[in-house]
Amino acid sequence: MKVRDIVSTLEGVLLTGEALLDLDIQAACGADLMSDVMAFVKENVVLLTGLVNPQSIRTADLMDIKVVVFVRGKVPPKDMVAEAERNGMAVIATKYSMFLACGRLYEAGIHGGGTRDIR
Amino acid sequence: MKLRYEVSGEDMSLAGKASGEVKRALGRLGVNPAAIKRTAVCMYEAEMNMVIHGGGGVAEAELSPDRVVVTMRDSGPGIPDLELAMQEGYSTAPEWIREMGFGAGMGLPNMKRNSDELRIDSAPGKGTTVTIMVKFDSSEGTGA
Repeated sequence: MKVRDIVSTLEGVLLTGEALLDLDIQAACGADLMSDVMAFVKENVVLLTGLVNPQSIRTADLMDIKVVVFVRGKVPPKDMVAEAERNGMAVIATKYSMFLACGRLYEAGIHGGGTRDIR
Repeated sequence: MKLRYEVSGEDMSLAGKASGEVKRALGRLGVNPAAIKRTAVCMYEAEMNMVIHGGGGVAEAELSPDRVVVTMRDSGPGIPDLELAMQEGYSTAPEWIREMGFGAGMGLPNMKRNSDELRIDSAPGKGTTVTIMVKFDSSEGTGA
């Protein structure tokens, strides 16, 4: 699914990352705990989170995650968006809850969790 | 090549910046992406620990052709029970750290999982030094 389709599926607002609108994303990860993102994410995913602080952008950057969606109507402050922009990332804000945002993306065709094997 | 960063123990908004710098430095040197990601995870977790528990400190990354050795040194209270601290899920982090997406007892296990060697020297009142070694193995793949 392309980033532009993620934006429309989530009825979201793209805060930065126009250049990535045609990037293809196959997997998604929903998490508010950044240590879990670092522990489990393996593939290139879209990260859905309700965690609005610089650590979400930094974690995504370190994990080569190019697209971050802030759920539950949360809008990151300008300096966070600027940091994402400097890192070449796309940032999307959606009014949907984590559950509904993940569900809408799953229904629209993103079925991969993008994680390492979890035992 | 040796990189050195002062990690602030007071400004949480800066936490993770040193790890980002090292990640970019490894990228410029053409290190394979999987090893870069493993280094970044280890160093970021260690950097967060240093900010949360250690009151800040000094982070150093020594780069060789086949490996990176990251040393994170703080003068904080030290770790009283290292075996307990290594257990996944064990945490002494305060609630406000959990609200920042950390402090769930995943840090040290994450470092162990992603490093080729992890050494923790710590004693109560004597601070903590975490040494992380990651080998650059070209057979490791892209990390994607």
